[in-house]
Amino acid sequence: MFGKQSVKRKFLDKSSKIIFFLATMVGVVALGTLLYRVFTDGIGWLDWQFLSSFPSRFPEKAGILSALTGSLWVIGLTAPVSFILGLGTALYLEEYAKKGWFTNLIQVNINNLAGVPSIVFGILGLGLFVQGMMLGQVILAGALTMSLLVLPIIVVASQEAIKSVPQHLRNASFALGATKWQTISRVVLPSAFPGILTGFILALSRAVGETAPLVIVGALTFVAFVPVNPFESFTVLPIQIFSWTSRPQDDFRAIAAAGIIVLLIVLFIMNGTAVWLRNKFQKRF
Amino acid sequence: MSRSIVGEKTKIMADQKSIVVKSKPRNTETVIRFLLLFCAAVSILTTVGIVFVLLFETIEFFKEVPLWSFLTDTKWTPLFIPKHFGILPLLSGSFLITLGACLVALPIGLMTAIYLSEYAPDRVRRTIKPILEVLAGVPTIVYGYFALTFVTPLIRDIFPEAGVFNALSASIVVGILILPMVASLSEDAMVAVPRSLRDGAYALGATKLEVATKVVVPAGLSGIIASFVLAFSRAIGETMIVTIAAGATPKLTLNPLESVQTMTAYIVQVSLGDIQFGSIEYKTIFAVGMTLFLITLIINVIAQWVTRRYKEEY
Repeated sequence: MFGKQSVKRKFLDKSSKIIFFLATMVGVVALGTLLYRVFTDGIGWLDWQFLSSFPSRFPEKAGILSALTGSLWVIGLTAPVSFILGLGTALYLEEYAKKGWFTNLIQVNINNLAGVPSIVFGILGLGLFVQGMMLGQVILAGALTMSLLVLPIIVVASQEAIKSVPQHLRNASFALGATKWQTISRVVLPSAFPGILTGFILALSRAVGETAPLVIVGALTFVAFVPVNPFESFTVLPIQIFSWTSRPQDDFRAIAAAGIIVLLIVLFIMNGTAVWLRNKFQKRF
Repeated sequence: MSRSIVGEKTKIMADQKSIVVKSKPRNTETVIRFLLLFCAAVSILTTVGIVFVLLFETIEFFKEVPLWSFLTDTKWTPLFIPKHFGILPLLSGSFLITLGACLVALPIGLMTAIYLSEYAPDRVRRTIKPILEVLAGVPTIVYGYFALTFVTPLIRDIFPEAGVFNALSASIVVGILILPMVASLSEDAMVAVPRSLRDGAYALGATKLEVATKVVVPAGLSGIIASFVLAFSRAIGETMIVTIAAGATPKLTLNPLESVQTMTAYIVQVSLGDIQFGSIEYKTIFAVGMTLFLITLIINVIAQWVTRRYKEEY
């Protein structure tokens, strides 16, 4: 009843399933290998001395204190700027803008910005903030560059969150005589907040891991002080890791791995918070 | 009498008007509207800023270097004497690594998408998707470390003639970087294909493989191609992996075992060095950045066009 053709088709079907599965495993295995390598290379160097020291010519004395504080400074300044601009843009597009060429232009523009390579944002930062505004190669210039870089992510995530607030909640608020802004600030934003916050944290974790734009803006690879104001020169975790990775000595490669572990822990905490917030506040209408 | 009534009326209307004008909420509303509009305008200003900054220094660059030699010279040596300013070696480096990355990521990503959308049981799907999300969230500097300390030694074991810095290692790891993007965007396109099309094919006696390759993939083709194009654009703009693993030797070669330099890696190299603002080295950053920006812009516009032009509506 079943001819050769049918046997062949069944065989192909069964074997293709295995091949597709193996292809899927490539990504999983790559992630596993990467994490395993980084942890076995770096865990031996990760101690309090490493966290509390400045970089050094001697691997056993080197640490990431200046990079860690630099990253905190950059994120601390990026957060409010990108949050206000991103949420403001999303609110304008979703609640105020009328359909038309201008709204369309903003939307298309945001989608395009999301596809611009991060290094080009670095060049923008160099030309606009470092040179144009004469800020110099300082924390503030880096943070402003990062704010523009993550802006599209925050806008898109906030738009999704605002869109998911049902229209009848707004109508109920208007029916009670609330103005537009009262409705937005007391009805729309509280409902959309978990989604907005999740997108915001994910965008910031992107900023924590970015290297290229800050190299262009002029973050240094060797900083032996803790910056105390945003007009000082700085380095960040990924750049410190980059600097150690580029050295030929094996010991420096190992402390690069230790630095990566610190970076991954920071990212893990941020992403964990985002997932926790999403689950805690998730509402269904 | 009647006049006074009219007068009274006007006065009341005037009062109402003044109440309306003075009323606080209305003022706040207008101010807020303008503040939000300002926020939205920042994104436009960012694009204008990028174009303006790139254009300004690029024009300065082309006052010193003729456009023709920029496009046709086969040597790129702005940091040495004699200086040559031919973009071709950097372009070939970028495209060599990007094509290599696509050879890794597109087939594997597409197969992953097919597996997740057509074959995987729900439980497996829910385990693998977050893993791919984590893979996509790993900072590129970590991938760079992985390329140099794990993939490169592996390649040098297999091909002893490979250099410490080689294009192959960078290609493979950039491929891993863009893999989750291809997989998740392609999967979205396949999941959107309606159940009824699959059922129709099954009713004709098709196997699962035939349904996947002859019905689902063609039906979701616009989304799949868009994911390929976006991944290509992401790969060409990738910086840290290629800077760390591919080296800093701009040359025209198709040999993936040699060291090459990409446009992005060149920009990093110059930025790390001690350069004078306003010097010709400084201006090369903008000229190369402009080239990169134009290429990714064109690719992204193509991706959006493909999605719109070939979108299948069900």
